[in-house]
Parts: sequence; structure tokens; C-alpha cells
Amino acid sequence: MMIERRPVLDFVAHVVLIVGVCVVAFPVYLAFVASTQTASQIATSHPMSLLPGDNLVNSYRLALWGGKVEGGGTIAPGWPMLWVSFVTAMSIALGKIAISLLSAFAIVYFRFPFRGLVFWLIFITLMLPVEVRIGPTYEVVSDLKMLNSYAGLAVPLIASATATFLFRQFFLTVPDELAEAARIDGAGPMRFFKDILLPLSKTSMAALFVIQFIYGWNQYLWPLIVTTSEDMYPIVLGIKRAIFGEIYVEWNVVMATAILAMVPPALVVILMQKWFVKGLVDTEK
Amino acid sequence: MAAIQLHNVIKRYGKGPKANQVIHGVSAEVQDGEFVVIVGPSGCGKSTLLRMVAGLEEVTDGTISIGGRVVNQLEPAERDIAMVFQNYALYPHMSVFENMAYGLKIKKVPAQEIKTRVDKAAQILELGALLQRKPRELSGGQRQRVAMGRAIVRQPQVFLFDEPLSNLDAKLRAQTRLEIEKLHRELGITSLFVTHDQVEAMTLAQRMIVMNAGRMEQFGTPEEVYHRPATTFVASFIGSPPMNLLERAPGIPQGLVLGVRPEHLRVVPSDGWRMRVQTIEMLGAERLVYGHLAGDADGQGGEWAILRMHETETPPALGESLLVAPLQDRVHWFDASTGLRRDDV
Repeated sequence: MMIERRPVLDFVAHVVLIVGVCVVAFPVYLAFVASTQTASQIATSHPMSLLPGDNLVNSYRLALWGGKVEGGGTIAPGWPMLWVSFVTAMSIALGKIAISLLSAFAIVYFRFPFRGLVFWLIFITLMLPVEVRIGPTYEVVSDLKMLNSYAGLAVPLIASATATFLFRQFFLTVPDELAEAARIDGAGPMRFFKDILLPLSKTSMAALFVIQFIYGWNQYLWPLIVTTSEDMYPIVLGIKRAIFGEIYVEWNVVMATAILAMVPPALVVILMQKWFVKGLVDTEK
Repeated sequence: MAAIQLHNVIKRYGKGPKANQVIHGVSAEVQDGEFVVIVGPSGCGKSTLLRMVAGLEEVTDGTISIGGRVVNQLEPAERDIAMVFQNYALYPHMSVFENMAYGLKIKKVPAQEIKTRVDKAAQILELGALLQRKPRELSGGQRQRVAMGRAIVRQPQVFLFDEPLSNLDAKLRAQTRLEIEKLHRELGITSLFVTHDQVEAMTLAQRMIVMNAGRMEQFGTPEEVYHRPATTFVASFIGSPPMNLLERAPGIPQGLVLGVRPEHLRVVPSDGWRMRVQTIEMLGAERLVYGHLAGDADGQGGEWAILRMHETETPPALGESLLVAPLQDRVHWFDASTGLRRDDV
């Protein structure tokens, strides 16, 4: 790699990066500032003050535990919705990893009839996102009496061609001799899967977990359709419900809820970062 | 301890008229405790043959038995064998100890005994200090030893080696060759060793199988293979530089091939074939002289031949015409059409 010192280029690069960070960070900052003010402060000041107010504790208390507000409205508590989102996102992420690992294992290591066809069928579903098949999927989930349940929220989103494909590609890079050595050592297929393939896939699993957790957390359309009862609303739906249909929107609480909704995915990314780096450095198989 | 019997072993890929037969009926008997090397050019089927003994490839036809027991239908783990792979195939996420212990753990050998066996193998292979390391922290030679250790702890009836030395550098290869030989002397376990390197084959083998294009060309001791090659293929494959195979030089009867190794071709004062020197290679202790035998006055049109000269002999000049003749008791005769050795000439 060529390393050059060019002050002007350095300066331009920094300006571009700083502008980029501001564009991304400003809305988040705005949400945070709004969550520290009172609803009337936000409603009456035009433009809104960009300095934090003194209502932080109250906004977040209302966002998490709900309660009555001055305007006379009632705020629904946010923590049950955070819990629903968390359980759903975890089920989707872990379910996807489990199912894709097993299907990739079957496709790569077993010679069963119509193996190629099965692979292509899985691959074709890549082209069909939830939105396309939402009608029939709803029909199935409703017939199975899974509306308003964690199963209804998570199961239809678990099947994943992307993840299956990713693990397939990874398994193809594992040398055949490892499977043969395990066979000579007396390990059956599932033992080989558990003792050799799983430990080797750890970093791919971590990367996939982050992506799929955020995917599950950010689901909006599907929960909107399969949940009618308020205690099964995920947090993303909660934010929307707090804005629409209210005469007087408590923007400070809405923004506090939005900030709270951002925390878990951010935590997942930060905590799993170490694994990413490990996955990038540890290329040896 | 066990003998290995191969009886008319055939390997075919695919079925019906499109089937591709790669092993054409190999029969051989490896005696108990013997070290047999399978050698041949790449693509000759030697690895496939070994993998059939290991149980990693199905046997299309014929039988393979280990210790008197037909193993055609047995899983590799049930055949009481251990195998060392070319790329070692160590489990990357396990320590050296765990790599060696894995097979025993699956067999549910008690932990105490696993430890004893692994420690003993580590001592033999001088791996004691490395037991807690991961494979990626080891050098190529150390990985190779771990792969051997994994084979030893199983205490198998048969060792199978699939080109285990080809990923090592030349110096380490020579050293490991000696270690494998020593190991075989100490443990006395029947071993099948696949290689494409004739030096490895000649030095390690008690007997060797020379293979070509899916057929066994010869099965014998290194001395037999070198001194009495069974076919023209064996004659040209074993020995470096290869044996001169001459058909058209004066005095060779129609339908026969005369084989003479470069070291058995001598410069004579009279009564020899005329050889015009085209190239000389200096190898230190000896010189290789290349030229056309018995061609026209310019040395063109004759058969290519190699002559090996000791470094103390006076080298010929390029373009010089020499008279050369083979040592009479070192001449081999082959049938020109079948390539088989003829001892009746």
C-alpha cells in the first residue's frame, strides 16, 4: 500500500467524513434533544430549541412505564413493547441461524435425490421478500391460530435463503479432508456438524446474528398485520401508534421511545464488533 | 497387526456406458507389519486405491480385506485404520491434544487412558511442549507430526499415508522420511504409503507397487523394481534420469526394446553405437550427457539417449561423436508391442 502525506487531500477527506457523520447524527441528536424537553416546549417554540431541556427523566419514565399526561391523554408503557421486539428479534435471528445452518449442512454434505432442485428452490425464495407473499402468509398464520403470538411474529420470517446461501458458501471452503478425518475418527454426520462445523462457523454465525437481529427488530409491516392486541405490539409499531390517532402528540415521549428503540440494536452491533474483527482476521480453516 | 488383501479391486465412477473406470482390477497382498509404498504419476489411481482401503471411496468390484476380514461394506471408523492426509486435515479449532484425542473420545475411551496414550505419542513425536497449541500456531513439520500422532494414538492395525510429505520443504522431507521409517521399525504396524516421488518410494518401501493408468505394473522390493523392471513404464518411471529405451539402434531385433540405464552406458574405444553429444548437464558428482544414438553423420535422426558419467571422467565436448555401449549384464529386454519384460532374449 502506498502511504503519502498530502495535507490538502487529508483536509478534504476529513471535511467529507465530518459532513457525512453530521448528516447521519443530526436526526438522532434532534430526537434526543426533543426527548429532554416537555411536549409544550416542543409544540410552542418555532424552530425547536437545539439545546437539551430539563425534562429528560420525566420523558423516559413516561416512555417506559406510561401514565397520564397534562393534556389528558394516556401514554401506553413502552417496556412491554421493547420486550416483544426483543423476543421477536431474538427468535428470528436465532431461528434463521439454526434453520440455515442445517439446510446448508444438508445441501453441502449429503447426496440426496433432487438435491440440486432443493437448492434452487431455496435460492429462488431469495427473490420473494415478505411483502410479496404477505397475503398467503397471513392466511396460513391466521389458519394456524398464530395471530397475536410470538410464533406468528417470528416463524414466517425465519426461513432465509440468504443465510442458507452464506453458510453453504462457507461450508464449501471447509476442506473435504476434515470431514474424512472425522469419519475415520468415527464421528457420525451430526457429531461432525456439532464438533467441527459449528465451532468453525462461529464468526459467520455472529455476523449473521447482528444482521438478522436488526432485520427482526425493524420489522414493521408484518407485525402491523398479525397483531391486533396491544400487548403484542413491538416497539416500532408503538412509536407509530403514539403519533397517529392522537389529538395532541406528546413528541418528547415519542422521541424518548425512538431513542429507546435504537438502543438494543446499537448494543448488539457494539458488543458483536469484536467477533467481526476476529472473523476478518481469522481466515484459517 | 494385520495383513491387507486386495482382490481384483475395480473402481468405476458413474454407471452404464458412460461409466469411467479408473482402477482396472488390482490384486495384491500386503503382509502383516510390512511397509508398502504405492507410487505412480499423478492421475494413476494410487490415491483412489488408498482411499478405497480407508473406506472413503466405495469399492465398485472386488474385495478388500484387512486382517482376514472383508471390509468393503464397513465404515472407515470400523476398519481399524488410521490415515495421514496430504494437508494433514487437523481440526483448526482444537488444540494439539484435542486433535489427537478426538477419535478416542468418540470411542468413549476413559479420559485417563486418553491422556496416557496421547502423552506417549507426543513423547515419541516430540510434541510434548506443543499439546496446548492450536494447529495454526505450528510449523508445517509440526503439523505433520500432529497428524501422525493422531494416527498413532488410535493404535490401529493399518496406517494409511496419502502423500504426507509433499507439503514439506526438501530438508524437512528427508528428515521426516527417516522419522517415519524409525516409527515403522518401532511400532511394526502394517503401512500403505502413497507418493508420486520415487525417492520416497525407494527409500521407505519394503515392497512397492508401481501404478500406471489404474493398473498395477509391478509389485516388488525396490531392488527388484530397479534391477528387473516388469514393463517399459516401470523402467522409465523408476530411476532418475530415466532408463534409455532403444528400438532402432543397430543390433536390436525387430519387435524388441532394449533398456539400459544411463549409468550402465559406457564410452568404449570400438564396437559401439555412435552418439553425437548435444547437451551436457553438470550435477556435481556426475555429468549427464545427452545425444542422438546411431543417427546420420550429423547425429540427427537417431534415438535420444542419456549417458551418465562420473565427475572424474574427462567430459566430451559438445558436438563430439562418441562410441557408447551398454554393460552387457545390465541390459533389459522388453516386448515392443506389449511393453512387458522379456527374460528369454
